Amino acid sequence: MSVLVVVECAEGEVKKSSLEVATYGAQVAAMLGTTATAIAVGEATEANLAKLGEQGIAKVLYDAEPRLKDFVNNAYTKLIATAAEQEGAQVLVLANSNIGASVGSRLSVRLKASLATNVVELPKTDGGQFVVKRGAFSGKAFSDVVLSGERKIIAVKKNSLEARHEAGKTAEVVAFAAQLADADFADAPKQVVMQEQTGGVLLPEAELVVSGGRGMKGPENWHLIEELAQALHAGTACSKPVSDVDWRPHHEHVGQTGITISPNLYIACGISGAIQHLAGVNSSKVIVVINKDPEAPFFKAADYGIVGDVFDVLPKLTAAVKELN
Amino acid sequence: MKFLVCISNVPDTTTKISFTPDNKEFNKAGVQFVINPWDEYALTRAIELKEANAGSTVTVLNVGEADTEPNIRKALAIGADDAIRVNAAPQDAFFVAEQIAAVAKDGGYDVILMGKESIDYNGFQVHGMVGELLGIPTVAPAMKLDMAGTTATLEREIEGGKEIVEVSTPFVASCQQPMCEPRIPNMRGIMTARTKPLKVVPPVGDPARTQVAEFALPPKKQGVKLIDAANAGELIKLLRNEAKVI
Ligand SMILES: Cc1cc2nc3c(=O)[nH]c(=O)nc-3n(C[C@H](O)[C@H](O)[C@H](O)COP(=O)(O)OP(=O)(O)OC[C@H]3O[C@@H](n4cnc5c(N)ncnc54)[C@H](O)[C@@H]3O)c2cc1C
Ligand SMILES: Cc1cc2nc3c(=O)[nH]c(=O)nc-3n(C[C@H](O)[C@H](O)[C@H](O)COP(=O)(O)OP(=O)(O)OC[C@H]3O[C@@H](n4cnc5c(N)ncnc54)[C@H](O)[C@@H]3O)c2cc1C
Repeated sequence: MSVLVVVECAEGEVKKSSLEVATYGAQVAAMLGTTATAIAVGEATEANLAKLGEQGIAKVLYDAEPRLKDFVNNAYTKLIATAAEQEGAQVLVLANSNIGASVGSRLSVRLKASLATNVVELPKTDGGQFVVKRGAFSGKAFSDVVLSGERKIIAVKKNSLEARHEAGKTAEVVAFAAQLADADFADAPKQVVMQEQTGGVLLPEAELVVSGGRGMKGPENWHLIEELAQALHAGTACSKPVSDVDWRPHHEHVGQTGITISPNLYIACGISGAIQHLAGVNSSKVIVVINKDPEAPFFKAADYGIVGDVFDVLPKLTAAVKELN
Repeated sequence: MKFLVCISNVPDTTTKISFTPDNKEFNKAGVQFVINPWDEYALTRAIELKEANAGSTVTVLNVGEADTEPNIRKALAIGADDAIRVNAAPQDAFFVAEQIAAVAKDGGYDVILMGKESIDYNGFQVHGMVGELLGIPTVAPAMKLDMAGTTATLEREIEGGKEIVEVSTPFVASCQQPMCEPRIPNMRGIMTARTKPLKVVPPVGDPARTQVAEFALPPKKQGVKLIDAANAGELIKLLRNEAKVI
């Protein structure tokens, strides 16, 4: 019996969300009186994988097959299933990412496991039950879900817990070969196109987010959002109408029909705070609203607010951040 | 080409969520149910592809009790040819996936489309379960879908970019914007929808693998602290020293 953690890597680095997943997995292992092993996917370096010891991982399996560098649904599923069988994994933990959701859902069928996605807390295991808390109704509620299967798969929502860093602890990195065949790569991508992100910060992974709505008036004014984001090392987001008219790319659209984020700080600029927008951001730890209308509904969901014109307020905030740094 | 489009019946996006007094069930009282917004992309794209490929059909599928039929009819009014309702309360994603897989297998569907996620339980998981149950590829979430014969080219969103993926039928895709402009029913559609076939079938398969023990609402905010616009820089100090987030 063990806990297996799926760690996503890109360009040699372990993704931030995967450090959280590793921390989560190590804590579940401690609760169950066992150890946590990781299986790494994507482009990784041995040195960075060994550092997963800091999150409490004992051993890291890594298959250096070059075709695994990009995400391939079938191949990743088989790789992780093979590792899960080898390790006798009872609990599998992965990120609630597009990769995590794609492989986690297939694995739940293949391994006959109970699956919970969007999980926000460590499990409760009293009374012989295994219960996880997950986000439901698009950020408007939570549900406690009993995972009744023998095996369990948990997809942890990003930024739901802080990654642990125990300096100096290292994990053993072990070569792993899942014996993948050409057929496992039949759905390999023909092409991967990466988009440039503001300040290099990926929105789903961002701890701080600056977001703009229709109150920004047009794409030509977005430099105000970007300058504040850059000063803060924040990601950028937008409301749905903004991406609908192509002022901003679709992957920045947050809300009920966009992505759900829970950064430490969300700064909403010229966004009214419609219920569908709030659904995507209301689990942010701190919300700041800048809006010229004191009656804007967003103020009710905010921790801090400025009633004012974004064109006046944003440059002042950027200047204040620069002063602080 | 036979398209199967799965639709989930969900509370309208403006719904204020509440639960029964024991917090065990969603309180449906006074709630308007709609077709899951993500599923509208799947439905409209299937209809567009049907129109471009003579001889194709679009079937909509819902796992739900009789109260979902108004939204099934709405999907027929938008342009699906026929519908199947698996007559069961959807217990969890695995249960739903089993029903979809069984219908897809029986009917020999080539393309199984669904929404990215159901806005009630936000699982984002039915796609992979159905793909695995049927042993066919899944592409999730898909932002673009084109078909040439039995080959589909899709754009799959990844964090920070996209992948171009090619798969052959049969396959599953979970759809999201900007795949198409979702259509709304017109008068003629509404009239013809009334007489389109809607088949009701019993559920199959194994029981659910998850059970909801309790629901909870997020903690309420303390109230907003306002900072004077003239003194906007003060906010940054508060974020550093009081909220400690920067
Ligand atoms: C099915 C469905 C799903 C939806 N899903 C989403 C979703 O996922 N995400 C989403 O965001 N929306 C979603 N919406 C849309 C949502 O209902 C709102 O229409 C939308 O969020 C409004 O965007 P906004 O706040 O940018 O624009 P508006 O509502 O137009 O608000 C603009 C705000 O800017 C303020 N403003 C204007 N000028 C200035 C200025 N100079 N300085 C400061 N403030 C200024 C105004 O006071 C106003 O409050 C959905 C709607 C439906 C029906
Ligand atoms: C009153 C009520 C109570 C419910 N209680 C529970 C519960 O306690 N626990 C629980 O897990 N679920 C419950 N459901 C079911 C829920 O609505 C979903 O159908 C199911 O859980 C799958 O949700 P998901 O978020 O995992 O799906 P996702 O994986 O997010 O859904 C992806 C896609 O799958 C398709 N899909 C999802 N559900 C259906 C469906 N029913 N019929 C056809 N296609 C579908 C849609 O295309 C959807 O966009 C309940 C539904 C109702 C109406």
